[in-house]
Amino acid sequence: MRDAPGTRDYDWWLVAILAAICALGVIEIYSATHGSALTGMHLKQMRWLVVGVVLMFVFSRVDYHVIMDQALILYIIGIAALLAVLLVGHTRFGAKRWIPILGEFFQVSELVKLIIIIVLARFFAEVRTDELSLQDLIKAGLIVGLPLVLILKQPDLGTALVLMPMLVVGAFLAGLQWKHAAAIVLIGVLMLPAGWHFLKPYQKERVTSFLHPEEDAKGSGYQVLQSKIAVGSGGFWGKGFGNGSQNQLGYIPVRYSDFIMSAWAEEQGFKGVLLALGLYMALLLRLVQNAQRAKDRAGMFLVMGVTAALGFHVLVNVAMVIGAMPITGIPLPLMSYGGSATLFVFLAIGLVMNVRLRRFVN
Amino acid sequence: MSYWFRNDNRLPQERLAASSYVIVGMITLLLLGFWKLQVIDSDKYGQLAERNRVRSIPIIAPRGRMLDRDGRVLVDNYPSFSVLLLRDDSAAVDKNLPAIADGLGLSLEDLKDQLNSTVNLAKFQPIVIKPEATPADVAFIESHRADIPLLEMLMVHRRRYLPGGFMSHASGYVGEVSEQQIEASNGKLRPGDFAGKSGLERQYNDLLMGTDGMRRVVVNSVGKEVGRLSQQEATPGKQIQLTIDYDLQQIAEEGMTDKMGAIVVLDARTGEVLAYVSRPAPDPNDFAVRVSKEEWQRLNDDEDKPLLNRGIQAQLAPGSTFKIVMATAMLESKVPPENFTAFCPGSATFYGRQFKCWVYGKGGHGVVNLHNAIVHSCDVFFYNVGQRMGIDRISTYAKMLGLGAKTGVDLPSEDAGLVPSEEWVERVFHHKWYPGETISVSIGQGALMVTPMQLAYMVGGIASGGVFKQPHFLKDAPNVTEKRVALAEDTVEQVTQGLYGVVNEGGTAGAVKLEGIEFCGKTGTAQTIGADAKARFGKGEKKFKDNAWFVGFAPRRDPEIVVSVLVEEGGHGGVVGAPIARDIIKAYYDKKAKKNQGQLTAEDGRPEINKGREKSPGVAPKVVSKPEETAVVVPASAQRKAQPE
Repeated sequence: MRDAPGTRDYDWWLVAILAAICALGVIEIYSATHGSALTGMHLKQMRWLVVGVVLMFVFSRVDYHVIMDQALILYIIGIAALLAVLLVGHTRFGAKRWIPILGEFFQVSELVKLIIIIVLARFFAEVRTDELSLQDLIKAGLIVGLPLVLILKQPDLGTALVLMPMLVVGAFLAGLQWKHAAAIVLIGVLMLPAGWHFLKPYQKERVTSFLHPEEDAKGSGYQVLQSKIAVGSGGFWGKGFGNGSQNQLGYIPVRYSDFIMSAWAEEQGFKGVLLALGLYMALLLRLVQNAQRAKDRAGMFLVMGVTAALGFHVLVNVAMVIGAMPITGIPLPLMSYGGSATLFVFLAIGLVMNVRLRRFVN
Repeated sequence: MSYWFRNDNRLPQERLAASSYVIVGMITLLLLGFWKLQVIDSDKYGQLAERNRVRSIPIIAPRGRMLDRDGRVLVDNYPSFSVLLLRDDSAAVDKNLPAIADGLGLSLEDLKDQLNSTVNLAKFQPIVIKPEATPADVAFIESHRADIPLLEMLMVHRRRYLPGGFMSHASGYVGEVSEQQIEASNGKLRPGDFAGKSGLERQYNDLLMGTDGMRRVVVNSVGKEVGRLSQQEATPGKQIQLTIDYDLQQIAEEGMTDKMGAIVVLDARTGEVLAYVSRPAPDPNDFAVRVSKEEWQRLNDDEDKPLLNRGIQAQLAPGSTFKIVMATAMLESKVPPENFTAFCPGSATFYGRQFKCWVYGKGGHGVVNLHNAIVHSCDVFFYNVGQRMGIDRISTYAKMLGLGAKTGVDLPSEDAGLVPSEEWVERVFHHKWYPGETISVSIGQGALMVTPMQLAYMVGGIASGGVFKQPHFLKDAPNVTEKRVALAEDTVEQVTQGLYGVVNEGGTAGAVKLEGIEFCGKTGTAQTIGADAKARFGKGEKKFKDNAWFVGFAPRRDPEIVVSVLVEEGGHGGVVGAPIARDIIKAYYDKKAKKNQGQLTAEDGRPEINKGREKSPGVAPKVVSKPEETAVVVPASAQRKAQPE
């Protein structure tokens, strides 16, 4: 059972898709930052990519059952790390999200996302019934709820939100009953006004400016407007590499990271968007395919947890860029610049590889 | 390892397949969003991106300079920087306002007021928040370009006038255009533009003001210029040459130092204004940048009315200078006949009321004829003339000789003065004319009101034999209108002989005689309140002192120079007004003599307008007299009828 799988068994299609997405990211990071104070950022990103790939292969070698075995310990580590961040964490950009490791700042919540994927997979794998009972649903909710509250405290609404699709997709695949789903949706709608109360002022501003962009001349309404101008002015064919005025003159906010899709869309046009979103669709469908071919429920839940997280990232980020959703600060996987986020994606894909490598082993 | 997973391979294939559909649906929706922005609305966003990228920065055209008749610079420009506030991002403006106020040394309150007053202007139009940036302001703006990307600097040309209010009521001043002016200008004017607000600056604003150019530049998101697209140069305003003679103007200004009143100097042959003073006068340099609300309020509330342009707006009783009109009317109408004499014991009684002559209490003039009555300014003689003539005849001649109507000088807001008549009293006061009023009017009192400009115009016209030239400030102005009044040669001769006697035959201005110059004139001392009231309020009060008039000219016939002097609350015209006129006329003849001997060049007596401002003291004097550079136009007022009676 624990005999080593061969290199032939890796999902090389998946690797190819990832490589293509990473390439688009590096190209656009270069275009967005060359000649500015941020010159050379694409090289830093490439360094993160190399580290990520190595970690991915390392991670794929350890049997995922062994990893899932330690779910409880991982969960405790995750919660402890979140508490540590709140107590001694490093504040950047007005939020306590970072702790320094080996001279780099890491976002603990990225690690926690990975842990929650593993813990939820373990929990749902142990559900024996075909239909998910209300009791188990509530348990799963509590597992996610604790870290979610801690991440909200940082505050990091975006990352906290990513935990939700993991829970939803997991519950759905574990046999969520339609009546429970309906009840949750109903409660959610009723809780919305109360939830509003807990938002930070800047988060409220983002939501109001999303709903009424014309009332917010600059601020986040301005950012969304500038992003839409960038995207729209790109047209079908794009303005060409390095030629996007919105990008090059700095009108697009954080154009190398959260809004990189905006810069890409401006310079490469709709045809470039078609390529990028096509690649993301291929990535996500490929992940689902891996889930379908998993050896057991545990593996399937693991892969689908990763799929839910990445899919949510893509949806929320890209929708934000075109002004269809409020700004949440969620990066676009593998295209946005960022160390912790890149490592998270590769580790998550490592888990997927792990599951795939063991599908024929028995 | 516990076998918690127990090889459980019940995979929910249906729900996994459903997940695939959700993914495809999600990507499709996102692509539709991009299609909308990038294909359907692409043009709209393309324009928005262009508007982001390109900023139009005006290049301000310098205003035309004003030169004196010899080409000396009277009104000049100097370069300066204005600080602009970009207002399209109101949130950022609100946020940064305190920092901006602090950094530029402005009051936050004023800044907010200014923003509130411009809310109606288009958002993309920047407003000038500090018209004259100091080096420290420039440093502040440059160093905060990144964190306060709302400030921009604009090179402008500021007006520089001669210091101390020199000629300021003639030149006028420029000021920031008001919102109404902007709306009325069809886009020619923008907030922060300067336009003439008064005087010649306003009269010839269209000429003086050039057309601004435009520079289209590429700016990045923090407003830094990173490239240039196109440049349309500014067309400078036209330079205008005035009829003012700087040398005479200087003498006139000196004569009015610390006084309240006005001086108008005309060349009666042409109507050219050689000098023009109105005091007190604000220093227009104080307005060249921006006048504060407090300063403006102070000027408006000032009892001495420094904003009143006395030369054309002081409407006051002319006193005895009006006897010139009376004498002319008497000789022309022959009522009473020219050999009429009157006995002056110091006063006379008409309609049951005593009217005093100015010598009352010190004797009388005895038997006086017209010539002596002019020379010694005998009131009793003219009371009798007035009584015989009647108010309507007086009124008709006064109007014929240029009073009661605008002279048509090319300055804005000239006042017409007032010549009372029976018709006027009935129309305005709804009662019959009191015959006693006629007696007062005969010596230039009562309801009669004239301006210093009118007096100079009137005297010049009579002494020129009935040729009234429209006064004007613009040199070489074509279409200067003239009014011809048919006056008998004998009338002109007798009146001017009388006025010659005033100065040269021991008359009321005998002290100002000039050797070798046919200096003529007439004094006037006009009461500001009735004699009875004066006695009650106390004599010493300056407030109730008489207004001193003097109107003089030389030579006796077809005068080259006419000087009208008003010193408000100055006392006796012969004592206060006449010496000022004498100095100006003397200066005029001295200069003329020098010129004839070829000693004078245009560079003599150069105004010190650029003193201490020129980069190098060795720079040649700014004397500009090339006619082709100077605008020659029809003054707007010259096209009107000179006598809109």
